[in-house]
Amino acid sequence: MKICITEYLRIDLDAERWECRRCDRDLGAARDNYKRGLLVHDRDPREIHQPLIDPTKYSYTFAPDPAYTALLEYYCPGCGTLVETEYTVPGHPPVRDIELDIDSLKEKAAQWAAEHGGTLPEPESLHRPAHARHQHKHS
Amino acid sequence: MNVESKLDTGGATLSAQEQQLLNEFLAENQLFYGPDPEIMRNHSLSARSPGEERALTMGLDPNRMNLVRGRIGSALEEAFTMVEQTGVAPGAKWGDLVSAVFTASGDMSQIGPHGIAVFASVCHYPVRFVRKYWLNDPSVGVRDGDAFIHNDSRFGNIHNTDQSMIMPLYHEGEIVCWMAATIHEGECGAIEPGGMPSIAESKFDEGLKMCPFKCAENFQLKRDLVNFLQNSVRDPKLQLFDMKVKLHAVIRLRERLLAVIEEFGKEYLIATLRQTLEDTEAEVRRRIGEMPDGTVRINTFIDNDLREHILGKWPLEVTVEGERMIFDFRGACPELRNRSINANLASLKTCLMSNLAIYVWPDLPPNQAVFSPVEVLTNRNSLVDPSDEAPVAMSLIPLFRALGAPAQVMAKFLYCLPKRYTAINAPHYNQPATFVYGGLTQHLEVTGNFCADINGNGAGGREDNDGEHAMSPVFGAFADTGEFELAEEELPFVRLVAQQLTKDRIGFGKHRGGLGYEQIVTVKGSNMFGFMTGQCGAKHPSAYGLFGGYGCPAYPLAKIKDVNIFEVMDSNPELVKFSMIDLMNEQAIPGARYVMQDAGMNFELAGEGEVYMICQGAGGGYGDVLERLPEDVMRDVEEALLSPRLAREIYFVTFDEQTLVVDAPATTAARAAERAARKARGIPFDAFCAAWVKPEPDPALPYLGAWGPNDGPVIANPPGGVRVVMAPDAVDGVMLSNPKDRRIAELEAEVAALKAKLAAA
Repeated sequence: MKICITEYLRIDLDAERWECRRCDRDLGAARDNYKRGLLVHDRDPREIHQPLIDPTKYSYTFAPDPAYTALLEYYCPGCGTLVETEYTVPGHPPVRDIELDIDSLKEKAAQWAAEHGGTLPEPESLHRPAHARHQHKHS
Repeated sequence: MNVESKLDTGGATLSAQEQQLLNEFLAENQLFYGPDPEIMRNHSLSARSPGEERALTMGLDPNRMNLVRGRIGSALEEAFTMVEQTGVAPGAKWGDLVSAVFTASGDMSQIGPHGIAVFASVCHYPVRFVRKYWLNDPSVGVRDGDAFIHNDSRFGNIHNTDQSMIMPLYHEGEIVCWMAATIHEGECGAIEPGGMPSIAESKFDEGLKMCPFKCAENFQLKRDLVNFLQNSVRDPKLQLFDMKVKLHAVIRLRERLLAVIEEFGKEYLIATLRQTLEDTEAEVRRRIGEMPDGTVRINTFIDNDLREHILGKWPLEVTVEGERMIFDFRGACPELRNRSINANLASLKTCLMSNLAIYVWPDLPPNQAVFSPVEVLTNRNSLVDPSDEAPVAMSLIPLFRALGAPAQVMAKFLYCLPKRYTAINAPHYNQPATFVYGGLTQHLEVTGNFCADINGNGAGGREDNDGEHAMSPVFGAFADTGEFELAEEELPFVRLVAQQLTKDRIGFGKHRGGLGYEQIVTVKGSNMFGFMTGQCGAKHPSAYGLFGGYGCPAYPLAKIKDVNIFEVMDSNPELVKFSMIDLMNEQAIPGARYVMQDAGMNFELAGEGEVYMICQGAGGGYGDVLERLPEDVMRDVEEALLSPRLAREIYFVTFDEQTLVVDAPATTAARAAERAARKARGIPFDAFCAAWVKPEPDPALPYLGAWGPNDGPVIANPPGGVRVVMAPDAVDGVMLSNPKDRRIAELEAEVAALKAKLAAA
C-alpha cells in the first residue's frame, strides 16, 4: 500500500521507501530523512524575491538579505519537481522536517483503507468541490 | 513570592505541625500577589467541580443543552455587537475584541460566533487569579455586581494593550460562571504611545500594569479607580468610555444568562458550559489519536528585535504519540532582558490554541479545550518562556509566529489522513504590519493607538486554491480592516494610499499566497504627532511556503522626510506618485530625503506632509511554481498582481504581453528546461550538507538560539556583545547594549581615525 505524505511525496509502506508522486522515483528508506533522496540547491533568495526598490540606492529592497537568509530548494532527481523549500540561516543544518513512525503509519493506513473500501483516497479527491463563480467585470 | 515556593530552612527539619503553621503564616502574610506559576503554567481544564459532576450526572436532556448552547452563543454575539458598535478603541470598531463565558472554575468555555479567541483564552488565567486570591480575601471579596479589570500579560494576556472586564454570575448566592469582554484598547500609558512600545527595556516601560483588581461594585464603575487609570494613560476618554462599554456588555450578558437559568435551570447552564469543554477535549484527543505517530519540525528565524537586527531562532517540533501531542520550543532564542519582544508562556499557549482553532480544526468550538490536551516544552528564560521581569510589550513578534507556523507543521501530519477538517494551507502572513500612532490631534486631544490595517494579513496558499488577499489578522477570522475615512475625521493624518494591493510581493507557488496591501500615510493638522511600526522580516522572510511553495518577500519601511507632500501636490502634482516603488525609486521631489529601513521603526515625530510607507504581507505559497496553471499566472498579470517579467522568470510561462495569450508549447518547453536545469544544479543532500553546513553560526551574525539540534546548547551572540554558549537546562537572559551607544562608538572611532590620519598628513 502507498500513502501520500505531501503534495509530492508518498511512502510505499510495503517496501518502506519514499517515492516521488510525480515520477515514481525511489527517494530512499522511509525510516530515513527523505531529503537524503533529493537534490539540494542553495538558491540566492534575491533571485526569487527580487528587489523592487532600486538596490543601487537602498539596502532594503523587499529582497531578503543573503547574509540572513538561505533558501534551500529540494528537487526530485527524477523529474526536477520542487518538492520542498527551506528558509534558514546560512550554514544551519537543514531540518529533518518529517520523521513519521512507519509502524504506526502502517497500522493507521490499513485502518483507513479498510474504512474506504480497501484503498486510500487520493488527497485531491478530498478537495472542496469547485463551483462556478460569478465573474465580476467592469468593462 | 508565592507560598508554593520552596523555603530554605537552613538545614532545620520542621515537624508536620510546624510546616503547616509555617504554610498558614505565609498564606496569611503574603508580601505580593504576583503572577502565580501554579496558575500561569497550567493550561489544562480544571477538574470537574461537585456542582458540575451533579449537573452532568442528573440526566439532563442533550437537546435542551444544545438549546442552551445556542442561547449562550446568541448572548455572546449580542455582547460582542454592543462592544463593537459602542466601543471607542479602533480595535473595537473593527472586531479586535471578544465576549466569553467561563465555568465557575475559570475555564473558557464559549465565545461568540465572532470575536478573537486568543483574547478570551488568556482570560482564564485572571479568572483563576481572582478566584484564588480575591474571592476569600476579606479586604476584597467577590460579590454579585462586582467586576474586575485586568491587562498585565504576566497574569494572562496577549499584551498589555488589551483590557478585559470580568464579572461573576451569581445565582442564589453561588457563582455559576464568569463572563468577560476584552478589547484591544491601544493606548496604555507606555513609554511610546499606542500601547505596543517597541523600545520598552523593562516591564516598567510598558505602561499600565493591571493585575486583576475590582473596578466595579454593584454594577457601577468605581470612579476613583477609573480616574487613576485615566490619569495613567494618554487617552483618558478612551479609558473611561471603553470601561463603560465592556462593563455594560458583561451586564447584558449576565441578564441573558440569568434568563437561561430562569428558563432551563441553573444545572443546564453549568452542565452545558462543562460539557462543551469535555466534548471538545475528547474530540481533540481523538483527532490527535487518528494522526500517525512521529515528529515534524520547523525552524524559523526572527530577524529583528525592533531595536536592531538579530537572528533569533523560533523552532517548533511537534511529536505525536498515540493521543499525546507535544509542542517543543526548546532551542529558542534566549530571553532578551531589555528588549520588548519576549512572550509569556501562557500567551504563547493561547496563540497555539488559536492557530489550531483557525487553521487546523476550524470546525471545533474555539474554547480552551482545543489546546488543553497538548503538552508544551520550552527552555526557561527563553523568548517564549521568559522570566517575569522581561519586557513583553511587543510579544506579538514571537506570538504571531505561533499563530502562523504550527499549521505548516501540522500539515505534514495531516496530509495523509483520509479526510479533511479544512484544506491543508501554507502559513498566513504573521507580522503586525500597521501604523501605531500617537500625539496631539487636530481636535487638541492627546491620543495613541493603532490602525486596523493589522487585520489584513494575506492568507497562505491552499492545497485546492490560492490564498485570499488581505484576508484577516493572523489571530482571528472575522476582524475587518476598517474605514479609514472615519479615522481621518478623528486623527491628524491622511491616507494617501489605502489598502492597495501591490505587484510582485507574492508568496509564489502552485497556489500562491494572498497578497497584502500598501499603506502610505502623512500627517496633517498637527505639529505633535508621529508613528511607530513593529514589523519584522526586512532581511529574512517571516512566512514560509509549504510543499515547495515560496515564502513572502522581505518587507521594509519607506519614508520621505524633509518634505510637505501637500505643498508638492499644489506646486508639482505630477511628482506625487501613489506608489512606494515609484516614489522611492524616482526620488523626484527636490530637497526631500528618501529613507528605506527595516519596518521595526521606533516612535518618531512626523512633520506635516512627511510620508511613511509600509506594506501588509503576503501569505506563503503552496506547491511548485512550475505546476501553477498558466491561465492563473495570466490572471495575476491581468490583475496587476504580477509583472510579466516575473511571470516568465518565476513561473516560466511564455505569453504575448499585449494579449496575455499563453504559448502552451513554449511554456511546456520552458518548464521542462527549468526542471532539467534544477537537476543539473542540485547537489545530492549528503554531499551538499558536507560542504555547506557549518559547525556554528558565522560570528558576524547576531545569532541567538540552538544551532542544529534544538535540544542542544543555546548560543547567544548579541549585537555588540560577547558570545556565550549555554547548556539547554541553564539558559539565561541576554542583555543588549543600546544601538545608539554602539553607533556613537562607531562614529567616535571614525573621528579618531580621521584625526589620526589628519595629524599624520
